[in-house]
Amino acid sequence: MNKVLEVRDLTKIFGPGCDECLHATGLGHGTNACPICGSIVAANAVGFDLFEGETLGIMGESGSGKSTLVKMLYFDEQPSTGSATFFDDGTTHELFSLNAARQRWIRNHKLGMVYQNAHAGLNFRISAGGNIAERLLMCDQLDYSRIRQRARILLDRTEVFADRMDESPRNFSGGMQQRVQIARALAINPPLLFLDEVTTGLDLTVQAKILDLMLEIQQQHRISMIVVTHDLGVVRLLASRTIVMKFGQVVETGLTDQILEDPQHAYTQSLVASAL
Amino acid sequence: MTTRTQATNISGYSFGFMDEFAKEEVRRRVLKAIAIPGYQVPYSSREMPMARGFGTGGLQLTLSLIGPDDTLKVIDQGSDDSVNAVNIRNFVARTCPGVTLTTHTQQATIIQTRHRIPEISLERGQIMVLQVPYPDPLVVVEASEAKRKIMHGEADYARLWVKLYEDIVSFAEVTISNRYPTRIAGHYVIDPSPIPRYDVPKLHQAKALFLFGAGREKKIYAVPPFTDAEPLSFEDIPFRVEDFRDEEGRRRNCARCGSDNSFLDEVVGEGGGKSYQCSDSDYCDCMAASEKQTHE
Repeated sequence: MNKVLEVRDLTKIFGPGCDECLHATGLGHGTNACPICGSIVAANAVGFDLFEGETLGIMGESGSGKSTLVKMLYFDEQPSTGSATFFDDGTTHELFSLNAARQRWIRNHKLGMVYQNAHAGLNFRISAGGNIAERLLMCDQLDYSRIRQRARILLDRTEVFADRMDESPRNFSGGMQQRVQIARALAINPPLLFLDEVTTGLDLTVQAKILDLMLEIQQQHRISMIVVTHDLGVVRLLASRTIVMKFGQVVETGLTDQILEDPQHAYTQSLVASAL
Repeated sequence: MTTRTQATNISGYSFGFMDEFAKEEVRRRVLKAIAIPGYQVPYSSREMPMARGFGTGGLQLTLSLIGPDDTLKVIDQGSDDSVNAVNIRNFVARTCPGVTLTTHTQQATIIQTRHRIPEISLERGQIMVLQVPYPDPLVVVEASEAKRKIMHGEADYARLWVKLYEDIVSFAEVTISNRYPTRIAGHYVIDPSPIPRYDVPKLHQAKALFLFGAGREKKIYAVPPFTDAEPLSFEDIPFRVEDFRDEEGRRRNCARCGSDNSFLDEVVGEGGGKSYQCSDSDYCDCMAASEKQTHE
């Protein structure tokens, strides 16, 4: 299997940071706030690999650092230290050594992101179709009729009525907004897709539809995905492997079934138990 | 070019009103703007004896570049006789002794303009100075100047195209009538000041130097001679200019000189009837004169 992403020692400290930050926080200390300088350690030497066509779940309660992790990989946040290597069609990109323009290029051409809050991922002042068009225009696709056609196909596939593509996403329900976001993220067929709590806050039937859509995308396109969620059901359905995070640290990694059926770490055990 | 030690004129001001240090600064910014076509160079923008927004940016460029042997033309909306043009011309007459003033495009070495580029194509050695109210084309899509600077640096203009996309979706065509975003030398996109779309192609591979001065926003930028200037457009929907055709599809003529290839202003007469006239008054005069000659 081809490796797509290799993350090593990824660390993010919000605040001034000191020498003790990484040693005085984490699971053993029961906090992610450094007792000496007060900085928040959102990610503490996180490492994992992601392979082609694989879906990796990142699970943990809120504040565990799982969202920060994908935000760093999508260049929304700058890491404090650590590396991430992206393998794409035989070329290797050291994500955090690239300059800003190259990072933007990778982000526009190779990555997709679906945020929990549609406001973060969509521009509500332009139409739903315009949001998808923007993604294509970022990749220098400047043919109007082809952009329209592509937007229509994507909205059809994500079950948003293509007739409504020229309306503002403001007029849409939460579930539809989320599907427009997914359509936007898929517009350029990115080899790597990040999903940050995509179903949180939606009602159960809408959640089920979104998850169906994700499964379909997974099977049809062999896109590698990182799914961040606190919902065990989502992980069970989508992810083949899972990482469990707490206080910025990885407490357990393994096959999803294994983690859910036979959790080894005390925290994972309580997490799984609390869901039942 | 004048030197810094040059004597002041009788009114107590230096030649060209501005002091030599201020002029020197503007000239340096102009050189930088020419070296990086389309890049907005910040400058100090001194106080002028007229309000910002009335062409102080253009005026500072003109006063920094002009010498006693120059010939100046000033136009406002195509006309030499509009109030803004007349005031600026009078100001230059009082502060720049020796400068020749003209209304003829071909005679001018420097042309300061508001909202139009002359119909008669410009030649090598001529300098167009445009008065700019809003220098940054990205201001419509991004409020933060810090972010806009990064977007310009990385040539990240997708959101301008999104605006064109939204326009075509809503109105079946691009509705930007003036200040049409234009890409210079394949990188920076500029706001070419409120010239009509009709004038934008005149920037492309022009023989003259185009300088843009925004006094209030404190920016100078340039389109040097023989530089590419491409208005943003889609591959399958080309940029197009105002076409001035009537209901039957015929090109309207100027009611005064008969020209059928100039930018026309709509003039509403006393009875409410509409007629059309060249916006460029010098061009209209020339055409009217040659028309008269052929009749005699």
